[in-house]
Amino acid sequence: MISPAHTTDPEIVVAPRDASKVSLFRRVLRNPLAVASMGFLAIAVITALFAHFLAPHDPNTAVIQNVLAPPNSENLLGADGAGRDVLSRLIFGAQFSLAGALVALLTSMIIGVSGGLLAGYFGKWIDTAWTWVISLMMALPTIIVLLAARAVVGPSLWLSMLIFGVMLSPAFFRLVYASVTAVRNELYVDAARVSGLGDGRIIAVHILSVVRAPIVIQSAIVGGIALAVQSGLEFLGLGDINVPTWGSMLSDGFTNLYTSPMLILWPALAIGLTLISLTLLANSLRDELERSNAPRKQRRKAKAPAATEAEAPSEIIRHEESGAPDGEVVLEVTNLSVGYPSPDGGLKKVVHDVSLTVRRGEVHGLVGESGSGKTQTAWSILRLLPEGGKIVGGSIHFQGRDLAKVSERDMQKIRGRSIAYIPQEPMSNLDPSFTIGSQLVEPMQIQLGISAKEAKERALSLLARVGIPHPERTFAAYPHEVSGGMAQRVLIAGAISCNPDLLIADEPTTALDVTVQAEVLDLLRDLQKEFRMAVVLVTHNFGVVADLCDRVSVMRLGRIVETGPTEPIFESPRHPYTQELLGAILSEAEPRGPLVTAGNSASPSPKGAVR
Amino acid sequence: MSELLLDVQNVTVEYPGHGFRGNPFRALHSVSVDVHRGECVGLVGESGSGKTTLGRAVLGLAPVTDGQVLFRGEDIAHASRTDRRRLASDIQVVFQDPYTSLNPSLTVEQILSEPLDVRKVPRSESSKRIKDLFDMVRLPADAGNRLPREFSGGQRQRIAIARALALQPALIVCDEPVSALDLSTQARVLELFKDIQEQTQVAYLFVSHDLEVVRHISHRVAVMYRGEIVEFGDGDQVTSRPQHPYTQRLFFAAPVADPKAQARRREERRQLLAAQNA
Amino acid sequence: MIAFIVRRLLTGLVLLAAITTFGFTLLYLGGGDIARKILGESADAQTVAQKSHELGLDRPVLAQYGDWVAHAFSGDFGSSWFTGQTVSAAIFSRLSVTLSLVIGTVLVVAVVSVVLGVLAATKRGWIDKVAQLLAILGHAIPGFLFAVGLVLFFALTLGWFDPTGYVPFTEDPTGWVKTVTLPVIALALGGIANVTQQIRGAVIDALRNDYVRTLRSHGIPERRVILKHVLRNAAGPALAVLAVIFVGLLGGAVIVEQVFAIPGLGQVAVQATTQGDIPLVMGLLVATGVIVIVFNLLVDLAQGWLNPKVRLS
Repeated sequence: MISPAHTTDPEIVVAPRDASKVSLFRRVLRNPLAVASMGFLAIAVITALFAHFLAPHDPNTAVIQNVLAPPNSENLLGADGAGRDVLSRLIFGAQFSLAGALVALLTSMIIGVSGGLLAGYFGKWIDTAWTWVISLMMALPTIIVLLAARAVVGPSLWLSMLIFGVMLSPAFFRLVYASVTAVRNELYVDAARVSGLGDGRIIAVHILSVVRAPIVIQSAIVGGIALAVQSGLEFLGLGDINVPTWGSMLSDGFTNLYTSPMLILWPALAIGLTLISLTLLANSLRDELERSNAPRKQRRKAKAPAATEAEAPSEIIRHEESGAPDGEVVLEVTNLSVGYPSPDGGLKKVVHDVSLTVRRGEVHGLVGESGSGKTQTAWSILRLLPEGGKIVGGSIHFQGRDLAKVSERDMQKIRGRSIAYIPQEPMSNLDPSFTIGSQLVEPMQIQLGISAKEAKERALSLLARVGIPHPERTFAAYPHEVSGGMAQRVLIAGAISCNPDLLIADEPTTALDVTVQAEVLDLLRDLQKEFRMAVVLVTHNFGVVADLCDRVSVMRLGRIVETGPTEPIFESPRHPYTQELLGAILSEAEPRGPLVTAGNSASPSPKGAVR
Repeated sequence: MSELLLDVQNVTVEYPGHGFRGNPFRALHSVSVDVHRGECVGLVGESGSGKTTLGRAVLGLAPVTDGQVLFRGEDIAHASRTDRRRLASDIQVVFQDPYTSLNPSLTVEQILSEPLDVRKVPRSESSKRIKDLFDMVRLPADAGNRLPREFSGGQRQRIAIARALALQPALIVCDEPVSALDLSTQARVLELFKDIQEQTQVAYLFVSHDLEVVRHISHRVAVMYRGEIVEFGDGDQVTSRPQHPYTQRLFFAAPVADPKAQARRREERRQLLAAQNA
Repeated sequence: MIAFIVRRLLTGLVLLAAITTFGFTLLYLGGGDIARKILGESADAQTVAQKSHELGLDRPVLAQYGDWVAHAFSGDFGSSWFTGQTVSAAIFSRLSVTLSLVIGTVLVVAVVSVVLGVLAATKRGWIDKVAQLLAILGHAIPGFLFAVGLVLFFALTLGWFDPTGYVPFTEDPTGWVKTVTLPVIALALGGIANVTQQIRGAVIDALRNDYVRTLRSHGIPERRVILKHVLRNAAGPALAVLAVIFVGLLGGAVIVEQVFAIPGLGQVAVQATTQGDIPLVMGLLVATGVIVIVFNLLVDLAQGWLNPKVRLS
């Protein structure tokens, strides 16, 4: 029973147009700070280009009687310590300072980008050589190198900016190198290679497109650094006295700081505003870039709340109990709703009016596809919703208290002690910086108030209980030293360490291999019986439900559509969605059988044998 | 018997070790498998079994240190870049992760025309071909000027399938193409794979960790364990009445979606393990 | 662990060898007629030739370099061409001043950034806004420009601190504080801006890790989750930035020292540069190279202590 006839293929319906497709630069234009920055930079560039026409005087002509002259009709901003017109020097300063920074920027970009592309894409010895040269450059303070260079070549703005560009190339190299090594291993680059694309084309189409925007951002930053360092050098008096730059004006102003403090103001302002503009521009570009990449990341987590309110609530189908249910009620969730703030200021609900009851010793399965709200429901019972998530309605009764209303402080005492949690991904759920043992001991000491020694003994016996062959060795190991299956056993040991009454297991076997999954399912079943725990088991796998659950609730788009004891639901599902899901299970389907070609069938080749 | 397309003979793959003294890592030990025209051969195994490596070796993305990969009788294990480029119209790929296998900054049309452009197919012809491809994988005709992130996982996988079909290849290596998808989507995409195969007579080397998926799509099935093929034969035979102890363990470990049947299978697994360990 | 340290030390030595070779070649080959520069335009050709011979400049560069290395191993880096003072003496007398400035700055940067970065990441709101503003300002405004502003306002207008000079801590702790505070603030601003952003980002990233949810599910108090687990995992990337910043600080100190007329390495550096005093420049390259390598080694050790994967590999 594949592709049921009663639904049109929902895969065919394409989501509405994504607004974030507008180009990055056009979106940046909506940010007023970025526009102001670009405006200022444009003015500075125009001033630099047309300095010859704009400046009233020659920037280097010194008039002795004008030394330190205050602003007047001849020298609008006054004259400096050598009697040169400040305004003209400011205007020409734009030309030389910016051109100098540009030299450094272009040099570093050409070296850094090409080196990063080559080393990142081809790897091997090119990589090793480049990485060495780069770390050599990064080990020396740039100023010292520039001073050393100045000692040899004398004061030259262009040469020192060229050398500075070389010293700055690691900024581009590291950026491009990191992007390229990340992209090189992306599957779409493999796919391009399989499609027959050459290296040049792969770099041009697939890799440059990824690093283009970061390079623009980095350029703004590097340009700023070049201007700052250039000004610093000139400030030290190491510049060429015949080249009017903002930095040399600073130097002159600082010498005359006590007599004429205004002299330092103009170049300081010009440099300061240019640098702030570049920084703001880089920041807003980066913010936009991160924003446009965000939706992709979110979806990849596959846990992004996807349910919508559009769906009209339909009747929940409840299956009859075979007998009167026994056992005390441990957890009673009533009309639980969970929401996230949406970008338009409203609230996006991802769980709608979910109700479920779990008794002692009972395993209740929450089953559904991604975006069904099953994990959100589980997390809200623990009150561990991701940032922004809120319980917006209903109650969660547990041991006589409504967990939806309990204070965070009280909740901390309940979590781990009375309600425990088993996560999906074993490896990412252990803190990589601490030993497995310390992560088991810590909660026991906090929750049970026992000594470190006692907690360690307990942890070792728990590790043995969950089937870890060498408890002592695993206790001392770091998470990356054990396999995924072992790590999941460790997490299970941690969950049961304080004898909880309720266990929330979120896809506890999804990340595991089938044979390991079977072992972990056995372990969970045994532990659940031994401790008589109530369990909420979140899963997308009906096999796991069939294996472990007493009762099951099928979820779709944030709602429970069908609920009841496990057997009747599997035998006679009544909701069309449950029917569709069960119908999609392949174990019901016939195997494909041998290949039939025109006339004769392919018999298994001679290799088709057990080895 | 239809034409023998791919014949992998005693292939060994070793990855160089890290650093100076790092031991090389042997991902495949002398593996042999063959695929005929229009046939789907399933490769099933758990993580680290080498099933993905075998697929990558056929694609020229893994270092073959020994053995031969014969495609239409020609050894392509060490094909040069030029030969690979020529082979691209014969051997294609669909990867597991529909999120990283499509370049996020290219439109779907750019993604699909890329392999055609490399072959210098004229514009008009390539846009017609892309329309046909949309039709084939059942995507709406206006999907072309959108970015991959505007599509769901299943839709992206359809785009990846369309890209693989663009050059009308003889063989597609499918590396876990449905394991990232939801159950109902998975079933639809598998149907699509089957339909396309029946229409075009393309052959699949279909890699998956899921015995049920492989059994559903494959004519013949090879079971891999620790870099070797432990059992290879008729799909129904291997996936329903496995002979090798490992395949048996694999078979009984997968839970069935039926409480009563699963209780039985659990018991069978217990007996099997007891018997194997005895 | 010992193998790790030895490996890093060896890498450092190779790096140092590369720096000196490179520096020596450029300085001695690119400098033109050095003897002429020392003696001035008026000296006659014979005196210049004699001076060249005296300094060994007429020998092949390789031989000169060999001599330099041989002497360097015994701690002799030659003498200044202009003052006659030995290079080691000239540098050592200033080194402690610059180092106390730079190390003080690193400590200030580390403490302020951790506090501000963690608060910005966990509390968000206004404190985050302040951190962001500080990041933009600190990033945009070069330390020496900021230093000039500080001098104008705090020293000249308010008179709280001394505008210039330096008093060693051992002589007069209050005087030291008075002279060192403004330069440290000027130097620290850029570093704080950078490292705070790094810590903020790293803490936000670390908070998104799955294990944070699991830790919380064990009922571990939030403060402990952040201070023990999140901060520990965020410290690695922050330390890496601190290492990069340190190199920049050494350079920045050279300029800032000039603003405050502090007799540190900066003074020697500027003097040696304008005169073309090559033995002294060479000594400076070696001194800064060694400082950077030692600091990087310390950072690597800290990384190893923080991250078990680094430690065990």
